[in-house]
Amino acid sequence: MQLFSALAVLREGLTGQTGWRRHWRKATPKPRYDTVIVGGGGHGLATAYYLAKRHGITDVAVLERGWIGGGNTGRNTTIVRSNYRVGANPPFYEHALKLWEGLSRELNFNVMFSQRGVLNLAHSPGQLDGYAERGNAMRLHGIDAELLDRDGVAERAPMLDFGRDARFPIEGGLLQPRAGTARHDAVAWGYARAADALGVDIVEDCAVTGLSIDRGRIRGVDTTRGLIAADKVGVAVAGHSSQVMTMAGIRLPIESHVLQAFVTEGLKPMLDTVVTFGAGHFYISQSDKGGLVFGGDLDGYNSYASRGNLPLASDVAGNAMAMMPCVGRLKVLRSWGGVMDMTMDGSPIIAKTPVTGLYLNGGWCYGGFKATPGSGWTFAHTIAQDAPHSLNAAFNLERFATGHLIDERGAGPVPGHQ
Amino acid sequence: MLLIPCPWCGPRAQTEFHYGGDASLRRPALSTARTPADPALVDYVYLRDNPKGLHQEHWQHAAGCGQWLVVARDTRSHAILGSAPPGGDPLSPPGTDDPAA
Ligand SMILES: Cc1cc2nc3c(=O)[nH]c(=O)nc-3n(C[C@H](O)[C@H](O)[C@H](O)COP(=O)(O)OP(=O)(O)OC[C@H]3O[C@@H](n4cnc5c(N)ncnc54)[C@H](O)[C@@H]3O)c2cc1C
Ligand SMILES: [Zn+2]
Repeated sequence: MQLFSALAVLREGLTGQTGWRRHWRKATPKPRYDTVIVGGGGHGLATAYYLAKRHGITDVAVLERGWIGGGNTGRNTTIVRSNYRVGANPPFYEHALKLWEGLSRELNFNVMFSQRGVLNLAHSPGQLDGYAERGNAMRLHGIDAELLDRDGVAERAPMLDFGRDARFPIEGGLLQPRAGTARHDAVAWGYARAADALGVDIVEDCAVTGLSIDRGRIRGVDTTRGLIAADKVGVAVAGHSSQVMTMAGIRLPIESHVLQAFVTEGLKPMLDTVVTFGAGHFYISQSDKGGLVFGGDLDGYNSYASRGNLPLASDVAGNAMAMMPCVGRLKVLRSWGGVMDMTMDGSPIIAKTPVTGLYLNGGWCYGGFKATPGSGWTFAHTIAQDAPHSLNAAFNLERFATGHLIDERGAGPVPGHQ
Repeated sequence: MLLIPCPWCGPRAQTEFHYGGDASLRRPALSTARTPADPALVDYVYLRDNPKGLHQEHWQHAAGCGQWLVVARDTRSHAILGSAPPGGDPLSPPGTDDPAA
C-alpha cells in the first residue's frame, strides 16, 4: 500500500502528481472464498477490513452491485455521535465513536473526522428535563454530555432564533462535545484501500442474485458474474436487506423508506457545530466547502426510489425557518435520497440467521453512518467466531419474538410513521 | 407530490393523506394458548414482505373524507396504479369498484 504522509504529498507536489497509483485493485472474483461480504458500503468494507486485521481471515471478497461508496455511505449527512440512552445502544455507539477517534491513523487515510459537537435543542422545560435524564444516562456509560441553558446555546450557535416570539423558543440543549462529522466517501475509500492491502478482493459491478443453501447451510452466492462458493456469507446491503434475505426465505422486521438530504450554496463559516431541532425533525451542519448540509424526516411511505418528493422538502424548509430564519434567502444547490432499512424498533440487526454460515448486518435506519467502524468491528467478530460479541449480542433477530426490543424512540412497531 | 385517487373524492394531493402501511397483512385469530409469543402474531406485528415493485398499502384521506383506502403503488418509481375502498382490488379497472355504484 502506498502510504500517505506529509513527505509523500511534498514529493508528489514537486513531481507533478504523477506518482499516485490506484488505491485498491480492481479484483475479478475467484470461484471460491472463505468468506463473502455482500454490499460494498461502509459497513461491508469495514467488516472485511476487521476480518483481515483482527481475525486473520484474508480470503475474503466484498461483492458490490454498483461502485464503492455509491450507496448510503456516499449519501448521508455524516453525523457521528453516541448520545444514546437505551439498552445496548450507548456502549455500542460509544465503542464506534472511540474507533472513529483513531480511524484516520488506523487506515492511513484522512476521514476528516471533526469533533465539532452535536447540540440537541430543547424548546420547553419538560424537554430540557428529558435531555438532563439522557445526559445523565450517557455519563453513567462514560460518554461525554453537557446540559446547556439558553445562554450556553446562544454562545455556541448565535445564529439560531433566540427571540421570545420564536415559533418554538429555545430553552437550552444537550451537547455531546466529542460528536461531530466525517467525510463519508473517505470512510468507504479508506476501508476499501486498507482491506485490499490485507488481501481482500473488492469486486465492483457484481450483484448477488441468489444465495445457495444446502441442508440449512450456506454454500455460496449466485452473482451477475457467476457462482461464487463460500463457507460464510455476511450480508450488509442497507436498504436492500429484505431483497437479499428473501433469497434465503427469511422475512425481516424491516420496511424500506426514502430519506432526503439537502445542500445549500457555499457560505463563509457560520455554523461550527451540528444542531438538531427539538420541536420537529431537522438537523444541520456546515461542510468544509461551506454548504449547509441538512435533512429531516422520512418521506413516510415504502420506497426503493432513491429520490424523494416535494412535500417533505417543504416540511424540512419550514423546520429550518422556525429554527434559524437567517437561512431563508439561501439557495439549495442539490437534494437527493437514499433507501433506508427501517426496523420495527429503530435499532439495527448484527446477527446470525437461521441459516448456518449466513450473517446479517442491517436495519440501520437513518443512523448507520456513525456506526460504521463499530458495525464492521462487531460483525467481523460475529462472522469469525460464529457468535456475537457482547457489544452486539442484543442486536439479534429473535428480539422481536421475545419482546426484547431496543426502542430508543419509544414509538412502537411503526417505521417512518411518527 | 403523489396524486392519490380517493375512491370517494377523486385525485387529491398526498399531503391530505395519512400513510397506513402494508395492506396485505391479516391479523391472525388470537390464539387461546397463552404462549408469550404467538408466532403468527409476531409475524403480523413485525415482519414485512417489503417488496421492491408493486406494493398494496393503506392510506387514510385524513384531511378529506376521512375514509381508509387501498392503493397499489410501485415502490421503485412511486407510480400509483390504482386505488379501491378497503378490501377492494386497487388493480381492477376503474369504475368496477366505484363505491357510489
Ligand atoms: C439522506 C441520508 C442521510 C443520512 N444521515 C446520516 C447521518 O447523519 N448519520 C448517520 O449515522 N447515518 C446517516 N444515514 C444512514 C447511513 O447512511 C446508513 O445507515 C449507512 O450508510 C448504511 O450502511 P452502508 O454504508 O453499508 O450502506 P450502503 O453504502 O448503502 O451500502 C450497501 C451496499 O450494498 C449494495 N447492494 C445492495 N444490494 C446488493 C446485492 N444484491 N448485491 C451486491 N451489492 C448489493 C448497494 O449497492 C450498496 O452499495 C443517512 C442516510 C441517508 C440516505
Ligand atoms: Zn376522500
